[in-house]
Amino acid sequence: PGDDFGKEYLFIGSSFEETPLLVAVLTYMGYGILTIFGYLRDFLRDWKIERCHIAREREEQRDFVPLYQDFENFYTRNLYMRIRDSWNRPICSVPGAKVDLVERVSHDYNWTFDYTGRVVGGVINMGSYNYLGFAENTGYCAEAAAEVTMKYGVGVASTRQEMGNLDRHEEMEALVAKFLGVESAIAFGMGFATNSMNIPALSGKGCLILSDELNHASLVLGARLSGSTIRVFKHNNMQSLEKMLRDAIVHGQPRTHRPWKKILILVEGIYSMEGSIVRLPEVIALKKRFGAYLYLDEAHSIGALGPAGRGVVDYFGLDPRDVDVMMGTFTKSFGAAGGYIGGRRELIDYLRVHSHSAVYATSMSPPVVEQIITSMKCIMGEDGTTLGEFRVKRLAENTVYFRRKMTEMGFIIYGNSDSPVVPMMLYLPAKIGAFGREMLKRNIGVVVVGFPATPIIESRARFCISAAHTKDMLDTALCVISEVGDLLQVKYSRHRRLPSLDRAFDHSIYDEIQD
Amino acid sequence: MAWVEVPGQEKVLKPLLNTVIILGLIKCANFSPQAPAYHLILEGILILWIVRLLFSKTYKLQERSDLTEKEKEDLIEEWQPEPLVPPVSKDHPSMNYDIVSGPPSHNIVVNGKQCINFASFNFLGLLDNERVKQKALASLKKYGVGTCGPRGFYGTFDVHLELEDRLAKFMRTEEAIIYSYGFATIASAIPAYSKRGDIVFVDEAACFSIQKGLQASRSFIKYFKHNDMEDLERLLKEQEIEDQKNPRKARVTRRFVVVEGLYINTADVCPLPALVKLKYKYKVRIFLEESMSFGVLGEHGRGVTEHFGVNIDDIDLISANMENAVASIGGFCCGRSFVIDHQRLSGQGYCFSASLPPMLAAAAIEALNIMEEDPDIFSVLREKCEQVHKALQGTPGMKVLGESYAPALHLQLESSSGSRETDVRMLRRIVDYCLEKQIALTLARYLDKEERFLPPPSIRVVVTVEQTKEDIDRAASCIREAALSILK
Repeated sequence: PGDDFGKEYLFIGSSFEETPLLVAVLTYMGYGILTIFGYLRDFLRDWKIERCHIAREREEQRDFVPLYQDFENFYTRNLYMRIRDSWNRPICSVPGAKVDLVERVSHDYNWTFDYTGRVVGGVINMGSYNYLGFAENTGYCAEAAAEVTMKYGVGVASTRQEMGNLDRHEEMEALVAKFLGVESAIAFGMGFATNSMNIPALSGKGCLILSDELNHASLVLGARLSGSTIRVFKHNNMQSLEKMLRDAIVHGQPRTHRPWKKILILVEGIYSMEGSIVRLPEVIALKKRFGAYLYLDEAHSIGALGPAGRGVVDYFGLDPRDVDVMMGTFTKSFGAAGGYIGGRRELIDYLRVHSHSAVYATSMSPPVVEQIITSMKCIMGEDGTTLGEFRVKRLAENTVYFRRKMTEMGFIIYGNSDSPVVPMMLYLPAKIGAFGREMLKRNIGVVVVGFPATPIIESRARFCISAAHTKDMLDTALCVISEVGDLLQVKYSRHRRLPSLDRAFDHSIYDEIQD
Repeated sequence: MAWVEVPGQEKVLKPLLNTVIILGLIKCANFSPQAPAYHLILEGILILWIVRLLFSKTYKLQERSDLTEKEKEDLIEEWQPEPLVPPVSKDHPSMNYDIVSGPPSHNIVVNGKQCINFASFNFLGLLDNERVKQKALASLKKYGVGTCGPRGFYGTFDVHLELEDRLAKFMRTEEAIIYSYGFATIASAIPAYSKRGDIVFVDEAACFSIQKGLQASRSFIKYFKHNDMEDLERLLKEQEIEDQKNPRKARVTRRFVVVEGLYINTADVCPLPALVKLKYKYKVRIFLEESMSFGVLGEHGRGVTEHFGVNIDDIDLISANMENAVASIGGFCCGRSFVIDHQRLSGQGYCFSASLPPMLAAAAIEALNIMEEDPDIFSVLREKCEQVHKALQGTPGMKVLGESYAPALHLQLESSSGSRETDVRMLRRIVDYCLEKQIALTLARYLDKEERFLPPPSIRVVVTVEQTKEDIDRAASCIREAALSILK
């Protein structure tokens, strides 16, 4: 797939198969039954017929205004609680390709958990965002971080503008700028906060923000805190975006019709719930035509896409200078924590002075900075090995293989065929819990998501492919997924694909490369 | 006959049309020659109206744009956006950061000069504690650096659960919850409870993260004068009168009071016992932000509740960051399970963000161990704070702002020159003078345009247990010299 990362392949490769009608009806029915039971159980709890596990307000504060409205928590009490064991599973090892889970049981239907003291070892991890396999406790990156821990300590206890600006921070930012191909970059301690603190610095009252339908909560919060007018366009739909841009410029601000000060388009590289890749060439063309600014959130796509692992801009072979604000996080592909923004020098200088995080938030911890520096150098090939290149290639191969096999088996998979985030549709609420539990029984850890992270009838299981997964692991996982899929009858796809005969799997990718 | 929301197409009129037709048909069915005249006239009018509707042109409810395509294209060509960011001058005071090479501990190398650190919030000196570093290293060797996921998706480590447990035990509350970023702690906690329509009473000197949390919550914000309980009572009484006008709405409007234990902007303490009395009198819930007082006040370092002897259950939520006394990264909230558990599903910074790297959590646990083993450390800190406070009194042209036991003081100009920029520049020169003399100080930084009640410019002086009497005396005399020479 080296030179075929071109535009022609991309849009043919996206698929969002429609929900089968019968399944949709059954899903609504399922939720209806759960709601009825929910009301019944609430009634029983109120009348003390059933034992109530829910925490209650203090006696002394009985006559205060209730802190929570009953209906706000209805969903939590009656639906989420029943399948709560699928989430927040504690682990006790590196979140790599295989992970050790802390075993926990519940004797009262998930209201409380007891830890048995045993460890479920060797669970294949298809849930952690470990795209390039840098979540490891051995190797060059870990050793460098260990050295820095002993030399610098873990805390900084001051903000960037006060006494918290270490020389390592500046070195890291220069490296990030080089990695992305932009003039300058600035880093922050938390990816979520990078969005929520910097979008208000870039846009304010009198500006317009055009945000994709399925943007992450941090982008939505940042847009709201900025005080600009927000308009939402349909997910990845360029006609919708163009129409909005046209209307915005022609008609100006609502009611006063004054022209907008600026227009900012918020998109993500890979959307983590859909697995779709943004149509970047078209967005950039639109942005140039209409004079808007583009804010690209590459939380999931940096390191995971592109022949050199430089993200979605590299994937399409575009010029990084066309994207006005390149934002990303270090949590996913670099095995560290935090976020960054890259762009032109004026932008970064402005953020150094006016970003909320630079003024009020503690700067990044030194070992984390070291992990970023070493993993980035590894991906760029500057540490003298070809490990980075090998991992990027392996991730791409794993992704293509996994996705193809899943579609062949008959599951409905969303998203672009090159995206390492693979959502598999489950639809029915009962299957959410069942899928998570059955997979764990067979030693595979998966992530299942339902409402409110997804639309109510589109619950799904989400697999995150990693470069650390070997072909054997993927095969085991696929076998188990097929077995569970047959058991739960989630093979909904009506487009049966023939096993692909065009390109055999490249087994040489798994020959171990000596460092 | 479903209503279709497509704006302005004829489908909006279709059901209306159908109704009219059906009514008309019913009427026609009842038609009989014995009907009185007015009945016939009515039928006639109805039929004529149906015919008119059937043949009339549908109209769009959408914008009746009078612009031609060419005019639209011209508008698009002409529109010039503002630059993405306004230019920043090269000598903006916040533009050039001081660079620290090497560890940011007691002896710190700033801009190439070896200095004594009076600027980092390293109150208990745990930044370069060997035990803390060893524990962090052991954790790194076991878990690696990052967690690669949020708490809900395999990002919960046993270390996180242990830290939450230890924090809850230390603070003697039922439960605690950890965030991976200090700023995000209170900024995510407030919007989880207070929504649109609720009322929050906030002190004017509240820090920026509280302000962002309030902005995200979309509630009604009412500011009361700093530490002025009478002002707060006045606002509460006004609210009570409002409630009596509309008791139904009052029954569902939640009320909160947000205060800080030790204010970061003014270094004084909130009057907590008086606040608790107001809480029960007017039925408001208290959220206490203890970033500066956790690990500082109280006999065992439990914060301002221990300092005043207030029952911790009376406070609904205590939030603090672990970046000051605890010398790690991140933040936590603690309180009763009834309150805290809610944040596990509705705290934005908790659910949608990666969890705290386990080595930082391990460092925090070790710091808690140290705090529990050796409670004398807090009285030592208090002593040093008194020393510094006394030593800085009488600096010519400057006044010390803060309680005598507050570890992070402010040095403000006694009389301002009138322009904030000039003041800042003068203070910066004092800081530079001290840096030359190997005392590391810093200006207190604010976002001038974003702060609601911008504090006056000041120099931040931080006391740590590692500073000796000599260090303190040297620093005080250095500041005095600087003030004398620069503020003539």
